Amino acid sequence: MRRILTAAVLALPFLTGAAMAQETVKVAYIDPLSGGGASVGEVGLKIYQFLAEELNAKGGIGGKKVEIVPFDNKANPQESLVQAQKAIDAGIRYLTQGNGSANAAALSDFVTKHNERNPGKEVLYFNYAAVDPVLTNAKCSYWHFAWDANSDIKMEALTNYIKDTPATKKIYLINQDYSFGESVRSQAKAMLAKKRPDIQIVGDELHPLLKVTDFAPYIAKIKASGADSVITGNWGQDFALLLKAAADAGLKVNWYTYYAGGAGGPTAIKQAGLNHQVFVIGEGQANISTPSSDTFEKALRAKYDVSMWYPRAANEMRMLAAAADKAKSVDPVKVATALEGMEFEVYNGGKGTMRKDDHQFFQPMYISSFGDRSEKEAFDEEKTGWGWRLVAKIDTDKTVLPTTCQMARP
Amino acid sequence: MLELVIISTLNGILFGMLLFLMSSGLTVIFSMLGVLNFAHASFYMLGAFFGYQLTRWIGFWPALLIAPVLAGVIGAAVERYGLRNVHKNGHVAELLFTFGLAFAIEEVVQMIWGKSPVDYRVPALLDFPAFTIFSTNYPAYKIFMLLVAVAIFAALLIGIKKTRVGMIVQAALTHPQMVGHLGHNVGRIFMLVFGFGTALAAVAGVIAGPALVTQSNMAGLLGPILFVVVVVGGLGSLPGAFIASLLIGLLQTFAVSINGSLASLFGPLGAGYPLLSDIWNVTIAQIAPILPYVLLVLILIFRPMGLLGTRET
Repeated sequence: MRRILTAAVLALPFLTGAAMAQETVKVAYIDPLSGGGASVGEVGLKIYQFLAEELNAKGGIGGKKVEIVPFDNKANPQESLVQAQKAIDAGIRYLTQGNGSANAAALSDFVTKHNERNPGKEVLYFNYAAVDPVLTNAKCSYWHFAWDANSDIKMEALTNYIKDTPATKKIYLINQDYSFGESVRSQAKAMLAKKRPDIQIVGDELHPLLKVTDFAPYIAKIKASGADSVITGNWGQDFALLLKAAADAGLKVNWYTYYAGGAGGPTAIKQAGLNHQVFVIGEGQANISTPSSDTFEKALRAKYDVSMWYPRAANEMRMLAAAADKAKSVDPVKVATALEGMEFEVYNGGKGTMRKDDHQFFQPMYISSFGDRSEKEAFDEEKTGWGWRLVAKIDTDKTVLPTTCQMARP
Repeated sequence: MLELVIISTLNGILFGMLLFLMSSGLTVIFSMLGVLNFAHASFYMLGAFFGYQLTRWIGFWPALLIAPVLAGVIGAAVERYGLRNVHKNGHVAELLFTFGLAFAIEEVVQMIWGKSPVDYRVPALLDFPAFTIFSTNYPAYKIFMLLVAVAIFAALLIGIKKTRVGMIVQAALTHPQMVGHLGHNVGRIFMLVFGFGTALAAVAGVIAGPALVTQSNMAGLLGPILFVVVVVGGLGSLPGAFIASLLIGLLQTFAVSINGSLASLFGPLGAGYPLLSDIWNVTIAQIAPILPYVLLVLILIFRPMGLLGTRET
């Protein structure tokens, strides 16, 4: 008797979990919430929770309440799958994840197989930050939707900008030694060779991911190479330490980056004193002012003390709601159909499209530099007093690249 | 080329000195108490965070004195109320105890200061370039780190070899009962040595905090390499640790600046085999961060007592 009772008590949370899933739309947030990637994962979670609150205030998704359920994947592909399975077992039909292309590739594959084997219980995977181009090309999946511009799109925009800065003559590439860093360096070389053959690549460095404690030797190499600009896809502490070493050595070059806006990045730039010499490519930032994004930014900072550096997360959650309205259902299969080819007014203003061919979202992209602020730039970052300044906008149609995706449709 | 050699040498020495600063406490504890303290890097982290917090309240220089004392007191308490009880169950239990302690400290640091890096800055007094070589600046703060490391090395060496306290401490390790019979409190000696060792780690933390990034995973990042220094240097040898620190600092720095690979040395031999050509084309710069561990493995195989060690580890 006691054993049955214990079993019943243990099973209770699962039963209620499944029952609750009928009344709320749950989104599993699978990202690092401990270890080296935790600082990035935590910020993302706060932004998603805030977005859910915003949707709920407006009536939720398809009339149902939305809830973000955090799962810690420890930035590890194997753990991502374990957590995804846990989420699915708890009745969750929407997964979102972003940090690390290796995790994204594993999840995309997992979700595709799950949906093949469990018709009627399909799950959608919304990728908000993993940018390895392979995810929407050779390894594309019908069940995977990418809200961030992939690495090639970003490099296309960056090199278009560099093309028009004649002062740039010698570029140094330094990247982390894994698939993403590899794709940054090879695309940078290929695109620069086409657009500005006169630019010399004076260095092409790969260093181990999140293992270097002192970048002074790398800075000495950059200095010795005579580079005037550096292109790097580095993120997290690899970015902060790299800039710190540059500041110590007094290296003053232009930095073209993907993730200078990440947690700790702005602080490092301010400490390095690189006033408007660090550029970042992204789909928006706080000082691209529209009335709705300004209101959002203020409210988010007031409530969670973080800044909105995932505008694409807003696009993702709002499009999920819009797709559910269009499909008149929160069933993932119907939502997926509604999302295909959907046009949407994005967070920082302008039109975005979810391309049907590869489920890659295209949106206006911006190049911004970080430094002291003018009167128009209302928001600082990480309490440095400095903020982002817009230097170039790339319209949606200029960001579109061809895809090699051959999607298997259900 | 000459420019890169000179600058790499300087960078290597600077990094090596930082390593010594961190590993000196570990060497002291390891050689005197025979405890391989896995939590040593955690005390280094505690030093950095205490230093950061105290710097905000009362300024850097008082923090440089108070933070190590605080960490030392915590270290002494850990020895008195934790390690001493665990010690009865042998070395494996000790090892596991310090291993668990490292995780506990990390968790506490995350609870108090969060998981993001904190804004810990070089004191204004030392925030200027000391000198410039080939247009590369050397911050005064790094020179300060270098001087502190050398001063600590000298003080430790004299303290252990020449003073009465050093003699008693050394004797307490090999002949605890004899030292006890002579009227010294062996338990207290162990506690003080452990506290002193953790305080040394905290000094390194306070000083390295602004130079590197102060965040909750900094212990895990630097922990493993400290063991390399201690083992390569040799058990119980402070000069050994000093030399090993310099060696590893220079090894890593020079390796980074070498773009050569097996292919550039021997020609594209492995061209026909894709798997082989991957290995063939990896540059020395790419494997620089793992070279110290290669050194560790080689030392353990060919000279287990370390460079200047007198006992087998």
